[in-house]
Formats: sequence, C-alpha cells, structure tokens
Amino acid sequence: MNAILEMRGITKTFPGVRALDNVNLVVREGEIHALVGENGAGKSTLMKVLSGVYPYGSYTGEIHFQGQERRFRGIADSESAGIIIIHQELALVPLLSITENIFLGNEPARYGIIDWDAATERTRALLRKVGLRESPATLVGDLGVGKQQLVEIAKALSKEVRLLILDEPTASLNESDSEALLSLLLEFKAHGIASILISHKLNEVSRVADSVTVLRDGMTVETLDCRAEPVSEDHVIRRMVGRELADRYPRRQPRVGEVLFEVRDWTAHHPLDAERVVVKGVNMAVRRGEVVGIAGLMGAGRTEFAMSVFGRSYGRRISGQAFIEGREVDLGTVPRAIGNGLAYVTEDRKHLGLILNEDVVHNVTLANLDGVASRSVIDEMRELEVANDYRRRLNIRCSDVSQTTLNLSGGNQQKVVLSKWLFAEPRVLFLDEPTRGIDVGAKYEIYTIINQLAAAGKAVVVISSEMPELLGICDRIYVMSEGRFVAEMPAAEATQEKIMRAIMKGEEKVP
Amino acid sequence: MTSEIQGALKPERAAPFAFARRHLREYGILMALIAIMAFFGIVTDGTLLNPLNLTNLVLQNSYIVIMALGMLLVIVTGHIDLSVGSVVAFVGALAAVMMVQYDMHFVPVTILSLLVGAAIGAAQGSCVAFFKVPSFIVTLAGMLVFRGLALTLLDGRSVGPFPAEFQRLSSGFIGDAFAGLTPIHLTSLLLAVAAAAALVFMSARGRAKKLRYAVEQEPFALFLAKNAVIAGVIVWLGYLLASYRGFPNVLLIMITLIVLYTFVTMRTTVGRRIYAIGGNEKAAKLSGINTERLTFYAFVNMGVLAALAGLIFAARLNTATPKAGLSFELDVIAACFIGGASASGGVGRVTGAVIGAFIMGVMNNGMSILGIGIDWQQVIKGLVLLAAVFLDVYNKKRA
Ligand SMILES: Nc1ncnc2c1ncn2[C@@H]1O[C@H](COP(=O)(O)OP(=O)(O)OP(=O)(O)O)[C@@H](O)[C@H]1O
Ligand SMILES: [Mg+2]
Repeated sequence: MNAILEMRGITKTFPGVRALDNVNLVVREGEIHALVGENGAGKSTLMKVLSGVYPYGSYTGEIHFQGQERRFRGIADSESAGIIIIHQELALVPLLSITENIFLGNEPARYGIIDWDAATERTRALLRKVGLRESPATLVGDLGVGKQQLVEIAKALSKEVRLLILDEPTASLNESDSEALLSLLLEFKAHGIASILISHKLNEVSRVADSVTVLRDGMTVETLDCRAEPVSEDHVIRRMVGRELADRYPRRQPRVGEVLFEVRDWTAHHPLDAERVVVKGVNMAVRRGEVVGIAGLMGAGRTEFAMSVFGRSYGRRISGQAFIEGREVDLGTVPRAIGNGLAYVTEDRKHLGLILNEDVVHNVTLANLDGVASRSVIDEMRELEVANDYRRRLNIRCSDVSQTTLNLSGGNQQKVVLSKWLFAEPRVLFLDEPTRGIDVGAKYEIYTIINQLAAAGKAVVVISSEMPELLGICDRIYVMSEGRFVAEMPAAEATQEKIMRAIMKGEEKVP
Repeated sequence: MTSEIQGALKPERAAPFAFARRHLREYGILMALIAIMAFFGIVTDGTLLNPLNLTNLVLQNSYIVIMALGMLLVIVTGHIDLSVGSVVAFVGALAAVMMVQYDMHFVPVTILSLLVGAAIGAAQGSCVAFFKVPSFIVTLAGMLVFRGLALTLLDGRSVGPFPAEFQRLSSGFIGDAFAGLTPIHLTSLLLAVAAAAALVFMSARGRAKKLRYAVEQEPFALFLAKNAVIAGVIVWLGYLLASYRGFPNVLLIMITLIVLYTFVTMRTTVGRRIYAIGGNEKAAKLSGINTERLTFYAFVNMGVLAALAGLIFAARLNTATPKAGLSFELDVIAACFIGGASASGGVGRVTGAVIGAFIMGVMNNGMSILGIGIDWQQVIKGLVLLAAVFLDVYNKKRA
C-alpha cells in the first residue's frame, strides 16, 4: 500500500537539547499508526514538526505528504493539507458552546456575518459522527474530559482531514470513554482516514494499531507491522526502554502499622453551587506503611475529596474531622496541611502543579523553601544539590536542572511535581493519578518510589482511574461513587469486576 | 540507564556567542543603556555627561527608580499599580501641609508620610488580594481619588517652601572626609571604587561557586568583559559625580534600596514566592504559599515607596503642587517593561527595572538638552517602550 506520509531524516534541536535525531516515519494510506516511546523520547516534538508548530526551517529533514514535499510554515498550512493534530493538552474554550468551539476561526459566514443555523446543523451532524449525544449549545466547560475529547475530534472532522494526529488522547479518559474513542478511530480507518496515535497504554496500541513506530532518545528504533503478525507488548516495551522489564509492578513486603491518618464524616459542597454536595460523609483511615487506593470513575469526587482535605483547596461548606495519630488536626489552609505532614500531588500538573516559566530547581523546592534556606535566605547551591538529587533519583530527563519546566515532556513534568512533594517530606501523601501520561518504565520507577515511601512508614493514598494499577500497588482499596465511599476491600481480594460492581451499586442507590 | 539518557540529550557546548545569544535580554538592556548614553553624550556635545548634568540626572531619576523597585514586585505578582503618580502628589501635599501650615518637625512628618503611603497601599492591596477586584480597576480608582485629594489638601495652590533640613533629602550631598585635600570629592570616588570592587568580587565568588557545582556558566571571556565594563562605568560615573559636588544623598538611598531589593528578589524565600505567585498562582497556593498575603504586601510596599518618592520629589521642587507626579506611573511602568518584566507576571528583575528607569531618564534628559519638545519626547519614549517589548516577544518566540 502507498505511503501517505513520509518523514525523512528529521532532526530538531532546542538550545542545549537534541530532541529528534534523524527520525524516519512512514505512515501508509488509511492505517492507524501508533507512535510509542518513553517520556521525552520526542513523540510530541515529532508531531509538532509535522503539523507546522515548528515551521519549516526550524528543523532539518524532509516531509512528504501525499507524494509531495511539504514545507509547512504554520498550523494553517498543515491543516489545509489535511493534517489535523489534537494536542496532548486540549485546546477548547470552556466558556463557548460546542458549536462555537468547533467553528472557532472557521465560522461559516456570508459577508462576515456568521450563519449560526448552518453551523448548528453541521455541528449536529458532526456530533452524531463521533457519537456524542449533547446539544450543540452546551458549554464545553460543562462537559467531562471524555466528551471534550470527542468535541476536539468533531472539530478535527469539520475540516478536510486526511491524517489525524492524536497525542495521548486517552491519558485522562476512563475505560469506557477510551473504548469509545478507539472504536471511532477504527471507524475513521474504514472511511480511509489515516491516523497517528501516541499513547503510553500499550494494550490500546496493540488493539487498534496497524503499525507501531518506537522512538527512543530522539531516534527511530524500529517500525513494527502488526498486520502480518500481532506484536507482543513485551517486545515493544523492550524496544522502548532498551532493556528487559520483568514485572509491571515492583514487589513489596507490606509492613502496616497503626492508623496514621483518618478523616471522619468528610463532606464538601460545590464551590459555585453551594447546594450541590460533591463529597458525602466520607470516612477513611490510612495506616503507617500502607498504600491505599481510591477507585472510581471520572467525576466520582475523588480529586475533590483529596483537595478539600488538603487545606480546603476545593469546595465550600466543608465539614468533617481529620486526625493524625489519633489527635484531631486543623487542615484549614494549605500551609497548615503541609505543616501537619500532608502532601497532595495534583493530577493537573500544568495548571495546579508547576510554575511553567520557572526551571526545575525552583519547582522542586517550592513547597519546602525553608528546607534550602537559613533565616529566609536561600542557599542556591544547596538548592541545586537537592534538585540534582531528585533528578537522579526519579530519572528526570532534562538538559540540566535549569531547564524551564514548560519545555519538559509531559512525563518528566509529572516527575518534577512528584519531586516537589517528596522534598516537602510529608507523612501522608495523596497521589492523584500519579502515572497519567507516564511511560511504562517511568511508571515502574514511580511505583518503586511509592513502595519506598510506604517502607519508610508513610501513609500513601493513590487515586487512579487505572484499576490494574490500583490492584498492582495497593494494600487496600476504597471505591468511590457519586461522592461517597461505597465499598472497601483488601487489594488481595479485589478484582476489576468487584470494583465495577461496587460502583454500579453505588450509582443505583442514588435516586 | 541514567548515563545512557544523559548521553542522548547531547548538551551543546556553551560557546561565548551562543551563550550571549541565549541571554540576549540581560546583556542587551545594559548595552542599550550604554548605547543610549553614548548617543546622547555625542549629540549633546558632552553636555549629558558633564558633572553638573549627571548629578541632575541622578536627582531627576531617583524617584522613578525608587518606585520602579516597588512596581517590579507588583508586576511580578501579576498586577499593576496606576495610582503611584497620584500618591506622589498626595503625600507631597500632606507633608507640605504638615510642615508649612502646621510647622511640624520634618522627622515625624517623614515617618507619618511613609505610614500614610503604607495605608494607601494596604487599602488598595486588600481590595486586590482579598476581594479579588482587578488591580487595574482598583488603582485606576486610586489614581483619581488621590489626585483629587491632593488638590483638596492644597486647595489648588502650591505650598512651600520647606525647612532647609527637609530639602537636604533631595538636594543635599554626602560629606567629604578629605574635604580640601583634593579638588574632587574623594570620598565619593572612593565609594564608587569600593562599590565596583564589591560587585566584581561578588560575581567572581558566585562564578567560582557555580563552577564548583558544574553549573552551566557564562564563558570566561564574556564574564571578564561584562565585569570590566560594569566596573569601569561605575568608577567613571563616580569620578564624574565626584568632580562636581560628590554623591547626592538620594543616590545613597537609591543604591541601598536597589541592593536590598535585588537581594530580596534573588535570594530570599519571600522573593521566590512572589515570583511563584506571578508564574502560576494556583500552583503556588497549592504549594503552601499564602498568595493573598504576599500580594497584599507587594501593594503596601509600593505605597511606602511611592510615599518616599513623593517626599523626595517635593523636597526637590521645594514646594508641593497638585500637579506633582503627573504621569509618573507611566514612566515607572515603562521602566519595568523595558527592563524585561512580563505583563502576565512571574518574570522580571530588579536590575532590569533600574536600568529601564535610567534608559527613560537619560532619554528625558538628553532630549530636553537637545530642545526636543515634550510632545516629541513622548512619541519617542513610547516607541522605545514598544521596541523593547517587541524584542522580548520576538526573542521568546524564536527560542
Ligand atoms: N521548547 C523546547 N525547548 C527545549 N527542549 C524541549 C522543548 N520541547 C521539547 N524539549 C525536549 O525535547 C525532548 C522531547 O520532548 P517531547 O515532548 O517530544 O517528548 P514526548 O515523547 O512527547 O514525551 P511524553 O510522553 O512525556 O509526552 C524532551 O527532552 C524535552 O525536554
Ligand atoms: Mg508528549
């Protein structure tokens, strides 16, 4: 079959870093081509080169698309050629409706006057195509992430698309939403639209991909053809990380002590709509050395619960009691929560985790500046040592620790956020989706860190939408649904089915 | 595995040229100041750099520089303060009324004035920080209110003159320990030499420390050139001032404040937290930073510095007028942006703002000497501001 896209010898350097080194990528007509590799391997950069975000001249190498050499000077160029990219971070305007978002910058208009009826009509057709049952007038901010992702795709379809690029589209989706999205890709394929799929979830890749290209350290390692014979996940992992990875989850001997942290009857209301209860009477206890998971679907209130505990960072009218080592503590502000030994590692690293225009050093020490200062004067060399130490321990890939975090790849940003909270030396850690957007190798590293924390006698609470992960690393699992803890089970007895059943039951109970 | 990774991200060698290009902004602004000074030095046939004029330049600029220090912090937290020009007028008027009409001693008047500045800052700061009213609006209101109050206090007239001791705040010069021994003000010259030496020493020590920790360093040639230029310029300017009447008192106040604010922003936890707020307020808050309180204090600080500037300005004119400080806020804000601060917060340096203030000052002064009218001066200053920020944006995009 013919190639629709050929990228030849692409090299792209940033000051101090060679992000892509002579990369080749061939995508055939009408196939789903997966692009995999570790964090910082250069996947997003390669796609930004392809879509004109990095314009012709800022990289070396050639791009041939539909048999012609292309020199895109910007996104508009690549879009008019039929290459549409959906970035790792969604780019929708929350205060605009679905229709307005889909036709943003591309409004059907006559003499400069927008024809909203036509736009709405077309939106309806597009939403049907992507299987989203929502009114075109709904504000995007009112949709969940999964639905927003579908709006992005509908937006892509509103243009003449030949090649669709999805950069980690399922990273923040739950299983059923991911499933829906993947079937959509398969449907597009049936209509002859090729797509490039970047993902760290290898089970998805092996389910839908026709070929897989593995990048490592900015170089093409291998392109595998999945149609001839199925490609084993282990093989892909081996090529990605360049070594054998025996287990997905590191082994651990749990040594669980007495209860370290406890909340009783924790309730929180929505920040805007004070009548809406988001967290309802939650009771939770975590022991020293224990890893506790909170399972649940997107929107179950897990993040809201954790954030409302952590210095009332979410919600209004919060009530409930918190205990550390049996003594009641006041967690009313973030400094007090930190002072009592709590840490909350956010799921939203860009908006809530990092100061993006600052370097790695400044981000790592931010939550514990006193740890590198004496009498409020920062010892910069000590600070540098700390940052380098975490860089080594968590294997953060950056040209050096003075690189701005904006330029780090998604997974490495996550590690910086984690470093920040490790350096704050908490006793109770809330980790909210700690492995979102992280490659298999790095996941293993993060699990290892979680184990070390537990072994050091800390209490760890992990919120995750990936059930296998919770089953793999936790000692005990709470199930949350509609703002309530509906079940609790030892991980040894838990299964995905059991958890799902608990969630369903929880949903039924609510009228 | 680690070594393999580091091998892959080949750091390119820090050649002097490449390094300078990457840090274009920092060197660029200093070079721009030097170039502008040289330009006006030449076109005014040296008048700009004659000792009397240079002394005047320092005096005329002191209040802009002092306010730029406060404004930088406000801008770094992601806000703006439009009221400073009016606060200058109001505090000047208040001090004048107290000293001239009520015959109060200048020391309590100074203290009271600074406290009033703090109170003004606190009022505006609490609206911004705790009640989340946009700073643009709050301080726009403040701009009107305090200009109006200044008018009321002075009843539309000028009030003066001030007691001689108070005037020395801006027109006094430091004493010379070697008076009579040399034709020039030797103490001032020695101070300049000491300052240059201290600067070179500090940057050499910083460099040595960083080398020990193997941090990316500016190449030695560049380091040497930069320090030589800076030290040379300081000593030379010191010499010029010394050959008139020596250092004015305000220069010492100014230098003390510059050193203090540089230190606070670069080396202290408070400074770091202020930058974090501007960079990402939500993330800063979740990291345990009391964002409201720090924002509040940034405005209080601005109020105090504006009050100080108001006193210096009044002392310099030897009268308080309702029109004092008119459009100062624009010069001060422009100084920060020329100095590389970002309008969206989180970015900006004290040294940049100071150099920016001097760029504005030299242009004001040089154009006045050339007899360019106020009208064209504004046009030119506006274009320079635009060009500086334009370069910033361009640089960022290219990086
Ligand atoms: N603007 C930039 N300036 C400097 N370095 C950059 C810039 N953008 C990316 N990099 C570097 O290029 C490398 C590749 O980054 P990229 O974002 O392409 O990784 P990725 O494969 O998408 O990783 P992830 O799976 O974590 O999203 C990283 O080492 C990153 O630090
Ligand atoms: Mg990426």
